[in-house]
Amino acid sequence: MSTASALPALRLRGISKRFGPLLANDDISLELARGEVLALLGENGAGKSTLVSILFGHYVADAGRIEVFGQPLPPGNPAAALAAGIGMVHQHFALADNLSVLDNVMLGSEPLWRPFSRRSAARRKLLDTARRFGLAIDPEARIGKLSVGERQRVEILKALWRGARILILDEPTAVLTPQESEQLFGTLAELIREGLSLIFISHKLDEVLRVSDRVAVLRAGRLVAERPARGTSRAELAELMVGRSVVAPTRTRREPGEIILAIDRVSTAADRHGMLDRASLEVRAGEIVAIAGVAGNGQEALAELACGLTAARHGRVAVSGEVLAARPRAWIARKVARIPEDRHAVGIVGDLPVWENAVSERLHTPAFSRFGWIRRGAARAFANALVARFDIRLSGIDVPTRALSGGNMQKLILGRALAVGGESAPLLIIANQPTWGLDIGAVAEIHRRLLDAAAGGAAVLMISEDLDEIMAIADRVAAIFKGRLSAALPVEQWTPASLGLAMAGDPVAPAEHADAA
Amino acid sequence: MRLEARSGTARTAQLVAPFVAVLFTLLVCALLVAWAGAPVGRTYALLFEGAFGSRFALSETLTRATPLILTGLAAAVAFRARFYNIGAEGQLYVGALAAVAVGAQGGALEALPPTLRFALMMLAGAAAGALLLAGPALLKVRFGVDEVVTTLLLNFIALLFVSMMLDGPMKDPLAMGWPQSAALDPELELSKLMARSRVHSGLVIACALALAMWIVERFTTFGFALRAVGANARAAAFAGLPVARTLLLGALISGALAGLAGVGEVAGRTSYLTLDMSPDYGYSGIVIAMLAGLNPLGVIVAAVFVASVLVGADSMSRSAGVPNYLADVIVATSLLAILVAGMFTRYRIRWNSR
Repeated sequence: MSTASALPALRLRGISKRFGPLLANDDISLELARGEVLALLGENGAGKSTLVSILFGHYVADAGRIEVFGQPLPPGNPAAALAAGIGMVHQHFALADNLSVLDNVMLGSEPLWRPFSRRSAARRKLLDTARRFGLAIDPEARIGKLSVGERQRVEILKALWRGARILILDEPTAVLTPQESEQLFGTLAELIREGLSLIFISHKLDEVLRVSDRVAVLRAGRLVAERPARGTSRAELAELMVGRSVVAPTRTRREPGEIILAIDRVSTAADRHGMLDRASLEVRAGEIVAIAGVAGNGQEALAELACGLTAARHGRVAVSGEVLAARPRAWIARKVARIPEDRHAVGIVGDLPVWENAVSERLHTPAFSRFGWIRRGAARAFANALVARFDIRLSGIDVPTRALSGGNMQKLILGRALAVGGESAPLLIIANQPTWGLDIGAVAEIHRRLLDAAAGGAAVLMISEDLDEIMAIADRVAAIFKGRLSAALPVEQWTPASLGLAMAGDPVAPAEHADAA
Repeated sequence: MRLEARSGTARTAQLVAPFVAVLFTLLVCALLVAWAGAPVGRTYALLFEGAFGSRFALSETLTRATPLILTGLAAAVAFRARFYNIGAEGQLYVGALAAVAVGAQGGALEALPPTLRFALMMLAGAAAGALLLAGPALLKVRFGVDEVVTTLLLNFIALLFVSMMLDGPMKDPLAMGWPQSAALDPELELSKLMARSRVHSGLVIACALALAMWIVERFTTFGFALRAVGANARAAAFAGLPVARTLLLGALISGALAGLAGVGEVAGRTSYLTLDMSPDYGYSGIVIAMLAGLNPLGVIVAAVFVASVLVGADSMSRSAGVPNYLADVIVATSLLAILVAGMFTRYRIRWNSR
């Protein structure tokens, strides 16, 4: 770049973007200095993704302009954004599992009509880049064989290989263990030393304070605050983000009751969801047992087992001493409340109205149908009551459920699940990533409901990748690694470090480790 | 240029979209008419007159619409569960064949009372269509075999089977060597709705079935399961809905409706079965279902629309000299236009100024 070095790496001026009635970005002006880490903080729907999408050319702003190293960036042109040196690492990696690292890096960078690809030159360049930034990688390794942390490294390398000078990282630690996150922070420091500028999108406040130089807080489409990271606090940022102070619910110690869910040396068949390998676990009435682990270590298999979707291949699963058939209706009939991980793909049928989704699990019961005819009155009354009780914000129970925000959708699923026993409370709650992707307010709300349910005598099994969440509400915690469960120890006996090690399959017994810590 | 999701879809936009699409279609096809050297306005007037302009024209349109409603319903029900039944043509023919087997003059069942025999004939036609689709449905549910391939290819098998029967065991000995079945017992034929026309009570049955399907989809637990499985099978399975059973039952209903279309043609119009009985009614049913947005009541409207274009174009081509292939172009263009219009109710185009 020939421009003066005093110019900022990136300058946004008056960016506005409207989607129908929603003002997603409202006159946002921001600057990113060279070699700076700017954290973009905000709840879901605050406008972070829209802003980044405009920056990357996926959307065209209604108003405002962007300058990269002093040069105006043509709007709505991802190729121009790439050429100007903007690189993006998405939360959900855009990598082809069946191709090698080098193939993935080169993918889409060559014109289609070139008869031979210039692999060896690309390979040299990749190895050079990797060495310069201290990112060890084998160019010929298949993506499918790499760990999540390694895949993220490939994504970063891909951006660097294409000459990124400004790197946008979208929730980069969401999929990492604490140890992997540490490694990532090391890499980021290296990138800064090499003169890159970073935009770091996150809603984890500790991380933001640690990694960034400056924090920009978005709320409801507007830039509400810019703070140097050194001069602010967690509490201040949380309040700026939400616009009011948030009281996180707290756990009260309870005496657990009888064993509700008993999983005894269970193995499941290995499939695309991973597998369980001789896993044992007991969940008692009145307690919340959390399963901590990095995605893909068998959580999905455990959840499917505990939701009545699949059967154990070996071992025994019992609810209140009774082995149930692997049919969701059998579990629903036994008052097992189930919250799936993927609320859009599994939790609800997005095209159908809210009221039908509210009763979908129990539509076949006499409460909501008779001789195969839906009792619309009863079903709609139930849905309306649910909406009121769980404070679900919507314009009516006839809107397609897909129109709900993530938080409201999750409240609908939670409400439906907790109503599994009709008037009586659920016996067992299976909550898989119950607050994934939700904003602080909604998270507190979901946590409060789970704590209330446990206080009311329900046994709760929570599977989560969010250690803060686990530490906040769980009574006991077990780590899952490659389908094996560690002992479920009281939460006080774990430290983030010891739990991180257990999640990475460290053979050291967690109890000893905790004692040493 | 790119598509951007609209924040909300207005009801009026959804209602107006089909009409805009038909208008667009007529504009596009006007170019073809002009190309053929005919006056555009007069050609369309003739087309409309040929479809609705007289008692005869209207009766012909409704006659043509009758099987189209049933095949359209067959496609709409199956597609609703995201089960792509492309085999309505074959199901229609085996339905007709089964009807003839039960109801032909001189058959073994001639001794039964006509009412019972009529019911048996309907049932046999529906069952034959349903059974033909049961195979692909089971293969799909059990092994995940793609139903588009199996149902499409079954059409050829079904048609060749019917051809074999019409040239062999079920050939009418009095047909002077033509491959056609014996005629249906006159007592079993559907009554005419209008004197001196071909409209028969099959139209009433088809409309009643459309209404029934609309009620089933909207007000029954099976209908809910059908819609849920079609819209998101994983979520349906998680909620405990019987996904496989719903798919199977939906497929059986779809096949039965297509089989009934065949029964209606034999019992209402031709009275005997030949291999040229259906000018691709089964495939047109797919177009009609899509035009109707899979709504069972919309199927009636869409079927009458398609029938009117086909009948009107025949009459128009005789007087205006524009080939009646124009009908196919109109139907095809309107389908594309309606799909695009439906998309525009959900998305808008952004033109980037660079």
